[in-house]
Amino acid sequence: MKNVLPYLLSGISVGGQYALIAIGYTMVYGILRLINFAHGDVFMVAGILMVYISASGMPIWLAIPLTLLISVLIGFTIERVAYKPLRTAPRMSVMISAIGVSYLLQNLVLYVTGGLNKVYPTIPFISDSVTLTIFGATMTTKMVTVITPFLTIILVVALVWLINHTKIGMAMRAVSKDFETSQLMGIKINSVISTTFIIGSFLAAVGSMLYFTNYPSVIQTSGSMPGLKAFVAAVFGGIGSIPGAVIGAFIIGICENIIKGLDLILIKSGLTKKMMGLTTFSDAFTFALLIVILVVKPTGLFGEKMTDKV
Amino acid sequence: MKKILAFVLVLMMVLPALAMAEDMPVVKIGVFEPASGDSGAGGKQEMLGMQYANAETPTVEIGGTTYKVELVYADNGSSTDKAPSAAQKLVSENVSIVLGSYGSGVSIAGSPIFAQAGVPAVGVTCTNPSVTLGNTHYFRICFLDPFQAEQLAKFAVKELKADTAYCLGELGNDYDVGLIHYFKVEFEKAGGLVVDEYFQNGNADFTSFLTTAAALEADVIFAPCSLAYSALLVEQAAAQNVAIPLMGSDTWDSNVVITAASGKNVTIYASTFYAENDTPFDRGFKTWINSDPVNLTNNNGNDMISAVSAMGYDAYYVALEALKAAGSTDPKAVNEALWNVKYEGVTGAISFNEVGDAARDGAFIKTVDTANDDWKLVIVMGAE
Repeated sequence: MKNVLPYLLSGISVGGQYALIAIGYTMVYGILRLINFAHGDVFMVAGILMVYISASGMPIWLAIPLTLLISVLIGFTIERVAYKPLRTAPRMSVMISAIGVSYLLQNLVLYVTGGLNKVYPTIPFISDSVTLTIFGATMTTKMVTVITPFLTIILVVALVWLINHTKIGMAMRAVSKDFETSQLMGIKINSVISTTFIIGSFLAAVGSMLYFTNYPSVIQTSGSMPGLKAFVAAVFGGIGSIPGAVIGAFIIGICENIIKGLDLILIKSGLTKKMMGLTTFSDAFTFALLIVILVVKPTGLFGEKMTDKV
Repeated sequence: MKKILAFVLVLMMVLPALAMAEDMPVVKIGVFEPASGDSGAGGKQEMLGMQYANAETPTVEIGGTTYKVELVYADNGSSTDKAPSAAQKLVSENVSIVLGSYGSGVSIAGSPIFAQAGVPAVGVTCTNPSVTLGNTHYFRICFLDPFQAEQLAKFAVKELKADTAYCLGELGNDYDVGLIHYFKVEFEKAGGLVVDEYFQNGNADFTSFLTTAAALEADVIFAPCSLAYSALLVEQAAAQNVAIPLMGSDTWDSNVVITAASGKNVTIYASTFYAENDTPFDRGFKTWINSDPVNLTNNNGNDMISAVSAMGYDAYYVALEALKAAGSTDPKAVNEALWNVKYEGVTGAISFNEVGDAARDGAFIKTVDTANDDWKLVIVMGAE
């Protein structure tokens, strides 16, 4: 246990960050049946915005809400400009438009930053080092590692409450059940979709703050790997289901970090004598896991059981 | 209508060509460097050296005629799949000689394109042996990985008294994998234990790797990876309070690492080609960097001199020497002339052996002074 714990901690932390991105994928899919490929890039743009806003000399307590606000606006604009005109077009066209937006954002950031890594600003408190002692294992890590899982759970609980107990939440559930009928019933479909994108972008921006505080370097491709992993998490948990996406994200985060430490865990527990280079397979394992889940349960872990898809 | 449009388009293509035709003849030097991607910061600093040299000596006399030297840029994006098309771009621009690249992987990827076109290339800081091995068109002015890794391993054993080393590199990156291999050979020869692990391209999370290194009770962490990863590694090692010294290769010698380590409790060593020493070159380069905000940005916001900039500066003059010796702008003649080029650069004397490698016998080992945000020279290894 003592050997596994540090890896578990990193896994839970990165899992929470994946979860915040995965919710954006899963909500948009639930409502529009669209895989929003630009979502990982919204995450990255939120990171870049934070870099530039705090470089302009703005205090951090102002920079954070401003970054959140602009990210939300970007998410909203993307939907209005690139997806809304294609509402009646075949689903494939919208998906291609999403890929286009993804490349547009990446290249815009490439142009602005000149392709260099930007150092993410230090957010006080969550960047501080803390030393933890759990089960006799002492480890030092950043505050953000400890905060992420709790913050993720609080946000998810708030989101589930919003979906189950508010008018807009009810409208979202209705739209995800049947797009056309809910329109006929007088639901303002465009505002429901916009709200979905706003929530998704907001969570991605929060996720980006946690993620880049841990790994403080932003480049135009920074969003693609976390985005891909979050997408896998959403599929893994059953795309369209919010609890599924969150649980999927935690599983993926924990698995990949355990694999990174597997060699050492095995040696310390006396099962093997030598390092076997298993670290290399951490990503391969993540995607292999996805394939296995899809073969065994094509709808993902929570795909069928959860009926209130959003 | 269509005909008129076609005519206008053709005219637009011809006009700039006519406009250029007038003044001094131009000789083109290709700059094959990453301006984006993981090595973008390093590539830009290497380019700065060439640009400074170009600003200092913008013309060259070839066969009795004065030519204007034009630097033609192609961004190889730090990635081996983009490198061939960047190389192709330089070839189709009719460059006489190519400088670069920062990073061995991209140099190897671009090499066949240059070979096919008969354009010689001078590697500036690509240290992997296979860049120049088995071909006649690729040269280099820096030391090689086996030499560098050997010196680093010796340094770890003798100066740091290490007997367990944890090596971390990027999977599939020729540079990282090569250096770790040579380091391992030398370190094990001295009786040490080496554990090597590799991360995927685009990885940002090094916490688990650092946990492993700490759990193994390693005496030194050797991570010869790209700058982007080095900065993250330094940052996370400091956050996790890993007290093991971090050791890097020539890629680490950049102010990017200084920025990441500033004020933190980390020990960093890096081997490099050049140490700043207030020479006329150092002063001139600093003045030039500070004269233009764009240069300052490309040099990561301050005027600290990266070894790669000094190397880029020397590479430019080596190219000029080759052009002078060839007496022609024909790439094939330049290629022939390169074998006999001898040049006394700011980073030391440069001449090529039968493989096309420069004879270098010293590696500077520097450490980061985290309190004053500067590099400090520790020792010069290898030069007896």
